[in-house]
Amino acid sequence: MKITVLQSVLASLLAATAFGAGPVYAEKTKFEFWYGLSGDLGERVQDACKKFNDMQADYEIICTSQNGYDTTLQNTIAAYRAKKQPAITQIYDAGTLDMMLSGAFVPAKKLMADNGYTIEWANYFGGIANYYATAAGELNSFPFNSSTAMFYYNVDAFQKAGIDFKPETWEQVDEAARKLKAAGFECPLGFNFDTWQMMEQFSAIHNQPIATKGNGYKGLDAELVFNKTKFVDHVKFFKKMADEKLFVVKTKQLGMDIVPAFTSQTCQMIQTSIADHGTIGKSLPEGVKWEVAMLPVWKGTERQNSLVGGASLWVMAGRPEAEYKGAAAFLNFLATPEMAQWWSTVTGYIPVTKTGFDAMKAKGFYDNAPYKGRELAIASLTYTPTSENTRGIRLGGFTQIRKEISTALEAIFMQNADVQAELDQAADRSNAVLRRFEKTYAGQKLN
Amino acid sequence: MEKRSVFNSWWLPILFALPQILLILLFFYWPAIAVMKWAFTLEPPFGGAAEFVGLTNFKEVFADPFYWKSVAVSLIFALCGTFFTILVGLVLAIAVDRQLPGSGLFRFLYILPYAIAGPAAGMAFRFILSPERGLMASVNAAFPDFWNPAKYGTHALVLVIVIFAWKWAGYTFIFLLAGLQSVPRSLAEAAAMDGAGPIRRAVDIQVPLLAPTLFFLLVIMMTEGFVGSDTFGIVHSTTGGGPNHGTEVMVFRIVDEAFKGLNYSGASAQSIVLIGLIMIFTFIQFRFIEKRVHYK
Repeated sequence: MKITVLQSVLASLLAATAFGAGPVYAEKTKFEFWYGLSGDLGERVQDACKKFNDMQADYEIICTSQNGYDTTLQNTIAAYRAKKQPAITQIYDAGTLDMMLSGAFVPAKKLMADNGYTIEWANYFGGIANYYATAAGELNSFPFNSSTAMFYYNVDAFQKAGIDFKPETWEQVDEAARKLKAAGFECPLGFNFDTWQMMEQFSAIHNQPIATKGNGYKGLDAELVFNKTKFVDHVKFFKKMADEKLFVVKTKQLGMDIVPAFTSQTCQMIQTSIADHGTIGKSLPEGVKWEVAMLPVWKGTERQNSLVGGASLWVMAGRPEAEYKGAAAFLNFLATPEMAQWWSTVTGYIPVTKTGFDAMKAKGFYDNAPYKGRELAIASLTYTPTSENTRGIRLGGFTQIRKEISTALEAIFMQNADVQAELDQAADRSNAVLRRFEKTYAGQKLN
Repeated sequence: MEKRSVFNSWWLPILFALPQILLILLFFYWPAIAVMKWAFTLEPPFGGAAEFVGLTNFKEVFADPFYWKSVAVSLIFALCGTFFTILVGLVLAIAVDRQLPGSGLFRFLYILPYAIAGPAAGMAFRFILSPERGLMASVNAAFPDFWNPAKYGTHALVLVIVIFAWKWAGYTFIFLLAGLQSVPRSLAEAAAMDGAGPIRRAVDIQVPLLAPTLFFLLVIMMTEGFVGSDTFGIVHSTTGGGPNHGTEVMVFRIVDEAFKGLNYSGASAQSIVLIGLIMIFTFIQFRFIEKRVHYK
């Protein structure tokens, strides 16, 4: 607990130095933007900030990476408690409900209306916007870096193993895995214990609930039900395949996570984010043929849209009015079609608006490598209109719930624990998290 | 009679002490009071009205079987970590103290790991000792699962203890070497003339005379093992508390719940229990072990 206060002190010091840094132009309004992306993606955010600062003379945005999604949320909280919050902060999908109930933000719609910008809200893809919108569909934050899970496979390996079909169903994945194994591939499919692909996306595209009350959208009293849906059978299937060494666990603890396992051609199939599309293309040796596809479904399933992942931009409450003008200008700048295209090109994240996507498609952006295939992410996100089970996940303490489930998966796949018993236990423990969250926010209602 | 310097005014000594007092207030007492408050309420992350819930947070903590597992893991980690850091540091210090050729170089080399941050050491060891890609990969190829910290909790615990000992042995080494150098040479020389070999001399002369240093290191290393930032850093960068709670030490659990789970109240309750445990351990150490230490 020492760390909280320490962090808040550090955060305020950081804020103070950021404000004090640089030459002072009396006429420019400065405001801060904290983001969680780091490394190459973090550099691209800096580029966006620079473009904004160069383009106009009224505002100056100061962008600071907090090196991680969870630290950005922590630091935002600490800074807010110390009244040193940034004007804009990037919060990941799992932190959405914490932000919504915090009362510490200015809703996106209100901000833009107050500052005289007209945003075509219906222009956002439903599958993306609904994750961050109220139950009534009004956006609280701006979708920024959006992704969804995809299925990657090595076409060269498929040809060598004599597989002449695309892995569209899990039955086909099963068959492909057996053929790959027979052809001498040690790891036909690599997987880890990330619940995002395995549980969240699987449940959405198979129209399975994760929790009651519309995955939490209709009230804080939701209860988890993933231990009673098709997800259980799916885990059992994975377990059976893992026992036959057709599906292989790849985690960083074992030495290599799934993406490097795919790019080093150790594993021939993986499920990961579309945001990895760029990395995979760059890392695989020249000439290796690979494809990206929508996540497989079980045969006979009516496929639904998949869920959006990534993060959105929240405008924090309690800043001077002038900063909001700047924040609105910046967010409006990000939403322009040119910026949307630039952002998607340099990162691999998908465009969040329909016009942005159409413009890119019309220009032939998706026709050739290395960007070919990324349009399938949009196809997956917009496969059907969002429904109760595919709108998103609105559960308190979701980071902890994810951890409970991935720990259960770890026990199942690494230590041979019983599938149903482990998932039941994870659901019970996760429900306790939800109940504590409900009590912490007693009297608050989801809007 | 020793001559004493005395301050003539009361405010001057207080002025000198003030920076320190302020730092302690700011970085220790203030957070500690916040923790006390949070532990008995349900604190919303962004602040606001927190409901008083009495002992509910503590009851929840104690009712969780994985909490008790983390206490056990922490105990094993702190005890084994302390034992091995002191043992390794002691052996190295005795060896360097013999002042054989090259002692100066080794003295320098042995201190080096202490300069490396825990998380960085953890990251390096995660690669070096990873079961499928690291040094043990070839052993694993011949004997499957001979070393697999991603699968077995005990292996994972060994891994984090090894990293802890690797890093902190440099620290104990410095203290023990300094301690050894204050042991009168004549004692060891006399023993040598009587025919005692290096091991005999170490066990019968040097170690007993090092007792105050060893006791100091025992207290420091136990505390470091329980709540040190390296303990968290190492676990966080290697196993992440896994597999299946296998290396979930108490500090890791607290940080994880507070900052990832945003459960500030539950984490505060756990912090208070941890502080209590450390107080008990330190009390035991001073009450029962210090009695056997002779300072002069």
